[in-house]
Amino acid sequence: MKMKIKNGRLSPYTKNSIISYGIVIIAFVVVSVLNGMGLVSSTLQGQLVPICAYIIMAVSLNLVVGISGELSLGHAGFMSAGAFTAIVVSGMLEASDMPVIARFAIAVVCGAIVAGVLGFLIGIPVLRLRGDYLAIVTLAFGEIIKNIMNIVYAGVDSHGFHLRANPDLGLEESGRMLLNGPMGATAVQRLSTFTAGFVLVLITLFVVQNIMNSKQGRAIMACRDNRIAAESIGLNVMKYKLMAFTVSAALAGMGGALFGLNFSTLLPIKFNFNTSVLILVFVVLGGLGNIWGSIIAATILTVLPEVLRQFADYRMLAYAIVLILVMIFTYSPKIKNFTQNFMENTFRKKDKKPEAEGGAAV
Amino acid sequence: MKTSFVKKFMVIALALAMVFTFAACGGSNDSGSGDDGGEAGAAVLKIGSSGPLTGGASIYGVAVKQGAEIAVAEINAQESDFQIEFKMEDDEADGEKSVNTYNQLKDWGIQIMMGTVTTGACITASALTFEDRVFELTPSASSADVTAGKDNVFQVCFTDPNQGIKAADYIAENFPGQKVGVIYNNSDPYSTGIFNNFKAEFESKGGEIAAAEKYPDDTNADYSAQLTSMKSAGAEIVFLPIYYTPASVIMKQAKDMNYAPVFFGVDGMDGILDMEGFDTALAEGVMLMTPFNPWSTDEAVAAFVEKYQATYNEVPNQFAADGYDAIYALYNAFKAAGLSTDQPNEEICDAMIAQFTGGFSYDGLTGAAMTWNDKGEVNKTPVVCVIEGGIYVDR
Repeated sequence: MKMKIKNGRLSPYTKNSIISYGIVIIAFVVVSVLNGMGLVSSTLQGQLVPICAYIIMAVSLNLVVGISGELSLGHAGFMSAGAFTAIVVSGMLEASDMPVIARFAIAVVCGAIVAGVLGFLIGIPVLRLRGDYLAIVTLAFGEIIKNIMNIVYAGVDSHGFHLRANPDLGLEESGRMLLNGPMGATAVQRLSTFTAGFVLVLITLFVVQNIMNSKQGRAIMACRDNRIAAESIGLNVMKYKLMAFTVSAALAGMGGALFGLNFSTLLPIKFNFNTSVLILVFVVLGGLGNIWGSIIAATILTVLPEVLRQFADYRMLAYAIVLILVMIFTYSPKIKNFTQNFMENTFRKKDKKPEAEGGAAV
Repeated sequence: MKTSFVKKFMVIALALAMVFTFAACGGSNDSGSGDDGGEAGAAVLKIGSSGPLTGGASIYGVAVKQGAEIAVAEINAQESDFQIEFKMEDDEADGEKSVNTYNQLKDWGIQIMMGTVTTGACITASALTFEDRVFELTPSASSADVTAGKDNVFQVCFTDPNQGIKAADYIAENFPGQKVGVIYNNSDPYSTGIFNNFKAEFESKGGEIAAAEKYPDDTNADYSAQLTSMKSAGAEIVFLPIYYTPASVIMKQAKDMNYAPVFFGVDGMDGILDMEGFDTALAEGVMLMTPFNPWSTDEAVAAFVEKYQATYNEVPNQFAADGYDAIYALYNAFKAAGLSTDQPNEEICDAMIAQFTGGFSYDGLTGAAMTWNDKGEVNKTPVVCVIEGGIYVDR
């Protein structure tokens, strides 16, 4: 993370990165301490890893929707690819006496690579389209990935790895089914932990924020803001859009791997259109291009349905009302002015220090 | 400007207040039916459950809940030592949410788990009950994976492999030499699980599947392609290991194309007669394998159906009976094991496992003399019914 100080004030990029890292680190420390004191309810404990996974999904989708400016409706597809890859890899390594952390790391890296390659391949045709057409085609690809997962059967035995499109794998007695078509993956060893999730969230933030704050990131945003102008100064629009899309897919695969290894079962149908839209809701409510907004939105909107359980049948109604309220309030110009003034006032006071020591800092 | 903003805020605040008042009403109604007669200070056995109460699969979750609540009310009226407190959370048939609902129940102080209702969610949640040593009896999660490797999980319903095998045996015995076609949902674990086992068993019995057509979850409006394939293959029996909503469309479209095979369903077909807007004449002659026949002349069944109709104004389906049976099986085993409600979960769990695997037998609505093996699978006889005159008739 590069600290950029212009005219004695932190650049907006740096300020936003500090906020993002700060939120995540403070939340992790607070939750860990409370957990150690036994103050965290089982419900929240069970949600910690999914929250991390959804943060990764939201931040990575923000790279495409917010930074690159393309509406993608198939993000759950990459999550699915990452999750099932990680489950298969982890299942194959189960027999070896590798430490759990190494197995988890390898599974996550494989998940990210497979999803990234998939994102690259899908990106080539998809990113030639614009606007609504792009949204529709990404939606289609998300569904295609889901439907492919519905017919994939994989298993492992002493002869090695088997992968077919029908359930008749011819496994030995001692063999084990890893993917079972629509029945998904069962008896998955749960390797994900909150700490692992925290580290992956930090990696995601590091990647996305550094891209935003780099030459490539500025090129991506230039293509978003004015495609013709960007092309006229010689930027290869396709290349930059593809870069954002591929990185986003790889990160989504990582998030999916974290998610998949947190549950003992995972069905392909979990990663349907609704999940893609859910992630998009996190991004839109958090603010397009606003990374820490995505983090907060993903966290709150994951916890909220559980908190609202006391309203019984009216739970989803209350959830919808909260969504509408958030939309009204965060996008109301008055609230925006108020928070902006508030932020500026508080930051100006702190910013005075680097101004005074400006010479030493640079 | 400023006043309009304040006004807007007030309107929203009022709307919110209204929602919360409604929600409070809903909530109190909800818990009221669960713990009838639960006096303060009396010993309480907390049985938790989780199932889809909203969304596409909610009919199953709601039926289980209502059946279970009838059983709880009956037990609480006659039991003097302790009262059962029953709480059911909504998991929308989703694995991720079933973890949340189970953890919610854990915070509530669950002692025995009656659930979860759907298969996928159950596999996920039962991994947690296994870790926490909470005894679990699922009324309706039917995959073999639900109980595999977990000594604390038991089923009231048949497993999917069992259903596929029993259906294959029945068809092979009763319709020898006839051409059999299958239409199944290849993105549904339930449907694919039954089909795969049906196919293996039927072929090992020397039968031949003339045509097997699949459809994905998303297309549930048009099955003419699958039906045409059945018709051109000359299938006289069409096996439908699917839920009743798509089955109803299939029957309608088959009639429109003048194709009249014998449709053979499994327990997912149960409920087709109560479907809104469905012409029951279309289901005439449909055969289905179900453990529960609400029109049976059995005394216990008749009493349950009468009570259910009086309370909820509808005919109970098999899931309601499963929920009722699950609560009674848990209660009987709990009493037979001589457990008391203040024992820790681990002790209750171990004693219940010993009870269920040690020759415990229960006569329920969904089968007489049910026993359980050490894998957690139930042993009971399936009933094949045929729909005649808008009701089930035992075969």
